[in-house]
Amino acid sequence: MNYSTAIWIMLLPLANFVLLGLGKKYLKNIAGIFSTILLFVAAAIALNIAYHYFFVDGKQNGVYQTINVCQMHWLSFTETMNVEIGIQLDALSVMMLVVVTFISLMVHLFSLGYMKGEERYCNYFSYLGLFTFSMLGLVVATNLLQLYMCWELVGISSYLLIGFYFQKPSAVAAAKKAFIVTRFADLGLLIGILILSFNTNSFHFQTIIQTLTNTQSPSFISITASSFLGMSTLTWALVLIFIGGAGKSAMLPLHIWLPDAMEGPTPVSALIHAATMVVAGVFLVAKLFAVFAIDVTALNIVAYVGTASALFAAIIACTQTDIKRVLAYSTMSQIGYMMFALGVSKYGSEEGLGYSAALFHLFTHAFFKSLLFLCAGAVIHLVHSNEMKDMGGLKKLMPITHIAFLIACLAIAGVPPFAGFFSKEEILSAAYQNNKTIYIIALLTSAITAFYMFRLYFSIFWNKPYQHHHHHRGEGTITMKLPLIILMLCAATVGFIPFSEFVSSDNHPFHSEIHIGFSVLPVALGLFGIAMAALFYFKQSDKPDKIANSLQVIYKAAYRKFYVDELYLFITKKIIFNCIAKPAAWIDKNIIDGCMNGVAFVTSFISSSIKNMQSGKVQQYALYFFAGIAALLVTVLYVWK
Amino acid sequence: MLLSSLIILPLLAVLAVLFCKELKQIRVVAFIGSVLQLGLVAYLLLGYNIVGALNFKHEGFLLEEDYNWFPFLNIHYHVGVDGISMAMIMLTSVIVTAGILISWKMKELSKEFFILLLLLSASAYGFFISLDLFTMFFFLELAVIPKYLLITIWGSGKKEYSAMKLALMLMAGSALIFVGIMGLYYTTHSFDLQTISQTVIDPEKQKIIFPFLFIGFGFFAALFPFHTWVPDGHSSAPTAASMFLAGISMKLGGYGCLKVATYLLPVAAQYYSPYIIALSAIAILYGAFATMMQTDLKYINAYSSVSHCGFVLLGIGMLTQTAITGAVIQMVSHGLMTALFFAAIGMLYERTHTRQVKELGGLLKAIPFISTVFIIAGLCSLGLPGLSGFVAEFTVFVGSWQRTETAYRIATVLSCMSIVVTAVYILRAIASSVLGPLKNEHFFNLKDAAWNEKLAAVLLLAGIIIIGVMPYLLQNFITDSTVNIIHHLNGSK
Repeated sequence: MNYSTAIWIMLLPLANFVLLGLGKKYLKNIAGIFSTILLFVAAAIALNIAYHYFFVDGKQNGVYQTINVCQMHWLSFTETMNVEIGIQLDALSVMMLVVVTFISLMVHLFSLGYMKGEERYCNYFSYLGLFTFSMLGLVVATNLLQLYMCWELVGISSYLLIGFYFQKPSAVAAAKKAFIVTRFADLGLLIGILILSFNTNSFHFQTIIQTLTNTQSPSFISITASSFLGMSTLTWALVLIFIGGAGKSAMLPLHIWLPDAMEGPTPVSALIHAATMVVAGVFLVAKLFAVFAIDVTALNIVAYVGTASALFAAIIACTQTDIKRVLAYSTMSQIGYMMFALGVSKYGSEEGLGYSAALFHLFTHAFFKSLLFLCAGAVIHLVHSNEMKDMGGLKKLMPITHIAFLIACLAIAGVPPFAGFFSKEEILSAAYQNNKTIYIIALLTSAITAFYMFRLYFSIFWNKPYQHHHHHRGEGTITMKLPLIILMLCAATVGFIPFSEFVSSDNHPFHSEIHIGFSVLPVALGLFGIAMAALFYFKQSDKPDKIANSLQVIYKAAYRKFYVDELYLFITKKIIFNCIAKPAAWIDKNIIDGCMNGVAFVTSFISSSIKNMQSGKVQQYALYFFAGIAALLVTVLYVWK
Repeated sequence: MLLSSLIILPLLAVLAVLFCKELKQIRVVAFIGSVLQLGLVAYLLLGYNIVGALNFKHEGFLLEEDYNWFPFLNIHYHVGVDGISMAMIMLTSVIVTAGILISWKMKELSKEFFILLLLLSASAYGFFISLDLFTMFFFLELAVIPKYLLITIWGSGKKEYSAMKLALMLMAGSALIFVGIMGLYYTTHSFDLQTISQTVIDPEKQKIIFPFLFIGFGFFAALFPFHTWVPDGHSSAPTAASMFLAGISMKLGGYGCLKVATYLLPVAAQYYSPYIIALSAIAILYGAFATMMQTDLKYINAYSSVSHCGFVLLGIGMLTQTAITGAVIQMVSHGLMTALFFAAIGMLYERTHTRQVKELGGLLKAIPFISTVFIIAGLCSLGLPGLSGFVAEFTVFVGSWQRTETAYRIATVLSCMSIVVTAVYILRAIASSVLGPLKNEHFFNLKDAAWNEKLAAVLLLAGIIIIGVMPYLLQNFITDSTVNIIHHLNGSK
């Protein structure tokens, strides 16, 4: 099949951004419908492409093909190093196309109701268009430069959308923080790209992978031979690239922006900060996985950073009271799962179980996490607060949201037969095969996950009766309910997709099975977590407070997010600002400029002190003349001697 | 005649302005003059891009004109363009037009103001197309005096001090350049760029002459530590003059460093390259950090210009084809971006009468168009893909990375770090001046941009976006000429 229709998947959201951005006056009232329709078409095309890619054209010799749909010359750095931007389809990007367009469509639908009456309604949809365009550009990128560009563009769309309520100082600060923290990580990505492209003389994924997986090629030999601070150049490049990915995916210790990013409108959090943009780091590692797989050190770093983030975020999530922040930490924790799954994986079809599992989890997570956020949005829409203490007993008021939230919670807790169960099982079995430490931490984390998710669920929908009946607005419009229902069905069923038969590390699909004996333990732990949550939060009680008091130090540390924010604040405010920026400005003003002014001052001083010499008085001139002669005479005589 | 008309057109416009009586006529005449220049440049560009009539691939210059105007000293009026000067001409024409549009309501001494602007543009064109060092120097000097007057008469703040500082420092730079040119003349007995480039100059002599030329032009291009005129000069100047100063004037320096110092003295360029790299890496990071502490919007942009112009010198100092191409793209990009930034700041200042970040806030609600322009200019400055700044910086980075020596790598990494610092100060400026709650109730009654301001902004924005989205348009003909420079550099090893 000809896949050239894929261009339209890009162009429609771009058109949405440009048209709504420029034609604000004319499209003000139909902005939402307009962009939802455009996105619907894009999603339909994406599904069609996925259908053709996987089922009609399918495998050739057991391998899914990589198709270059279109390429356009964009920039040439040297005669041999050119950059063509374009669209490249492989199993991974086709899967991502579907996820991005589908979730984006759901979020558009939901926003129709959620953002109704908003003053900057048109801007909102325009920014969503920009985001969707750049995210799609990222997943179909043919080369690292295009990926980096789209990477920055999703960053700026995230900035614009977090700071959407720009009159709220906290939103502006959060947007700024998100951009700067990820920019800092992007520095790593940038240098990593520079290293890889310089050593392989190309930006294109295919060339880079081909060159570096061929152990005979001169590029491979040179990049692994030279080392810097004990790591080979290749390791450095991969680690730096992973730092970029870790920043976007909110991995430890670059996660601090994600909880704050919840200042944005909730549907945005569902799209950007749960389902799509934050998994870009996972996507990046997966895209370059063939290269990562030849470097054990880099892959181990990926694995341990992922594991640490998963556990760390899960602990914090137990103590937070803002429902969106709990979800944010849970996102971070789940991305940690994906990362370590990649980290423990090997290259090859069956060997690459971790790779498939990571992307499977990315896929299922996109559905249940965006569903959780949209439900949270519906709840916030009703109670006008993000705090758990303002909620409770909402199950009667919002039956659909309640069921949807419950299913999503079951999915994330890994209860069969919901989506999260299948992907988490694969991840755990990949971890079990390769690294027992990680497996144990992952098990523990999954119990904590079940606990805090059900803590959230019980506190919102059960716990105490809901008091503020007077401003009851129900669950919102049909456009808000529809996405919840659709996503709920997905969260319940997408786990049955035999994912490893579509996406695998070397595009060589394989069959993976769930082993019942193996799943007993994780499921039991999950159920235990749920039971604990029910014990504490099903009814209003003082048990949670008691526990919190008895664990005061740990609880407080977790509640304050282990003081990572304070640490950053110290480094940026105290060290960088006071010890670098201030002195730089001071030196410039006083020393360097002072020298320039000094030169001017000395010049004018000398000129003013010698200007009297030319007085026009002949006697004075005569005096100078004779004094000069005398001085010369003395000098000459002295030298003569 | 085609190229000379770039100088003649502004001069004709000056003549016409002399006969005008009031602001309305003056500005229309000046605008027509600038649009004609723009048209001419567009014609030249079309000739290159579409018809292919201009092809810089072969060595040398196109559209040459040569008159011996002072035979005794062998001084020629010799003009011609290659890809690099083409890019600079394009930049000049856009900024001149935008600058004239921005000053549409310049009531105070309007005749003199527009005459000076037009004179500035004539001298900038003259500089970029000259192939004779003496003529080039003549136009360079011609550009300094109008700047002094523009700042002292129409400026703001401590304008006398700033104008004097700017004029003196640029004059000091010119004096060094003059010594350098004389040095070249006495070794080669020619002022002609092409003749000198074909002459083999003794490496020892090159090493003596090079610092004079490079530092001299470096004064114009904000070479650290000779950049201190930039913040004061830019900040005191009226909007259009700031746009000219940062947009075009600083490029005179970059262009000179590349086309005179580096091109004519290749051996010395290689010899001094580490020092250039060190100074420009310092300028990039140090300028960025110094920007963080500024509270006046114009100072923010001026200091950030020091940082951004560091990329121009870094690219030139790296002496690889990619890096030099990046440096030229950065000149164009920075010119457009900084002009847009100054235009936006000028529009804000005209309405709110303050440039202090602390006193502004929430303007996006009151004056959305201007604020949006301000934000986009900021985003271009922090290197957002899709806008020109990204293409330029990335090209410089890729080019710099091609130098594998450890010291060069360190300089490159340090320069890369500026992308983070830039993001910090730009987002701070945006956050506290146009976002957040409305600081002052008076701001509610402000009027958004008028048509002339919108047109100016759109013109500059178009440039930024076209380069950002389709960089190959610009890069194609720049590369054709940087290849020549690189051949020349390698040939002299």
